[in-house]
Amino acid sequence: MTRTIARGVLAATFAAAIFLAAAPLPARAAETEVKIDNFTFSPERLTVKAGTTVTWINEDDIPHTVASSTKAFKSKALDTDDKYAFTFTTPGVYQYFCSLHPHMTGTIVVEAVTGELAPH
Amino acid sequence: MSQYDPDHGDGGAGRQDGPNRRKILECMTWAGTGVLWTIAGGVPRGMGIMGEAMAAEPAGLTFLQISDSHMGFDKPANPNVNGTLEEAIGKIKALPVKPAFMIHTGDITHLSKPAEFDDAERIISQARLDVHYVPGEHDIIDEEVKLYRERYGRNAKGSGWYSFDANGVHFVGLVNVANLKAGGQGSLGAEQLAWLADDLKGRTASTPVVVFAHIPLWAVYPTWGWGTEDSAQALDQLKRFGSVTVLNGHIHQVMQKVEGGVTFHTACSTAFPQPAPGSAPSPGPMKVADDKLRTLLGISDVTFKPGQQRLAIVDQQLKS
Repeated sequence: MTRTIARGVLAATFAAAIFLAAAPLPARAAETEVKIDNFTFSPERLTVKAGTTVTWINEDDIPHTVASSTKAFKSKALDTDDKYAFTFTTPGVYQYFCSLHPHMTGTIVVEAVTGELAPH
Repeated sequence: MSQYDPDHGDGGAGRQDGPNRRKILECMTWAGTGVLWTIAGGVPRGMGIMGEAMAAEPAGLTFLQISDSHMGFDKPANPNVNGTLEEAIGKIKALPVKPAFMIHTGDITHLSKPAEFDDAERIISQARLDVHYVPGEHDIIDEEVKLYRERYGRNAKGSGWYSFDANGVHFVGLVNVANLKAGGQGSLGAEQLAWLADDLKGRTASTPVVVFAHIPLWAVYPTWGWGTEDSAQALDQLKRFGSVTVLNGHIHQVMQKVEGGVTFHTACSTAFPQPAPGSAPSPGPMKVADDKLRTLLGISDVTFKPGQQRLAIVDQQLKS
């Protein structure tokens, strides 16, 4: 899996575009967002295709984190307007929460590019 | 962003159930300053307002609680948290009875940055009192959880718990903000509970005990994570003691509850208020009119008086 921090996302995207242009990557390097506001991840449950980069944006007045329940990924504390991005390459169900406010939970469902949900 | 006006409606949550709203707002009118605790013979006693406490001329042990300084917070709810902490320390220095020491129930900083810890130290040290800290969740978010431990946790166990004695009162500082689990609330964990059992072992039931931790050790509002999932196990161990006082922060407002021999009390923040449980869409910082802010921030002064049954707690706002 590729782990990128918000500020590196653009650079990493360009680098990937340059060096992997000829590689057999999924044609669509999809990107999508999860907003954090009012102590809630929105959408709380998000389904994406493998290879999708999900970017969390903290729009709350309080810092939050994005932490996988299985430690597959974890952001630093995100202050207001900070972002964290993670690219999901392996199909599965990824549950996560805010390690500062653990009642905040969310789920990313990653489907195989064919559309089938791989066993997890 | 959560913005909540206590004068207008319920902030959109539309909740009418849960804790009695009027009661909470009553509490909030004297929230935001400080709690003066008088430990009198075993059971803590809330003295209502500062004037009352002073009139009672408490003798014995007086200590002070401050909480939730959030150094580094700069949002509209209070763009000057250094200023309000300085005002709180000013109140402490002006107290007619000098407290023996201070406890800080966590969220010293907003983002666990060295400069935020430095600011806290520079301002709080002006009170010239020993300070016993426990961490809030905002104090342990640096990558290696190093800064809090190096500054305040050197002589503590685990993630920062410890105990000490003063004037015959046993004080226990607990950590319920570390290793939190998805979907859960505050948590003490098995290792700390075992330590607590050992720490209390052999102490007589007549020893007054003061327990302090960041997140409330009672279920204030689990929907917002305002509680500690394994606090019942800690309270079980404290049951046999005649006088137990539990002091918390985290919720940035004053709440009190008495259950058996246990008195629970939460202190105000020195930084910004938070909404009453369920009264707003989320527990985020509450923006109030500028002239109201200081009526919702404050310190808590506590006095223990030997031979009496309760501690006296006085919450003092920065501005009444």
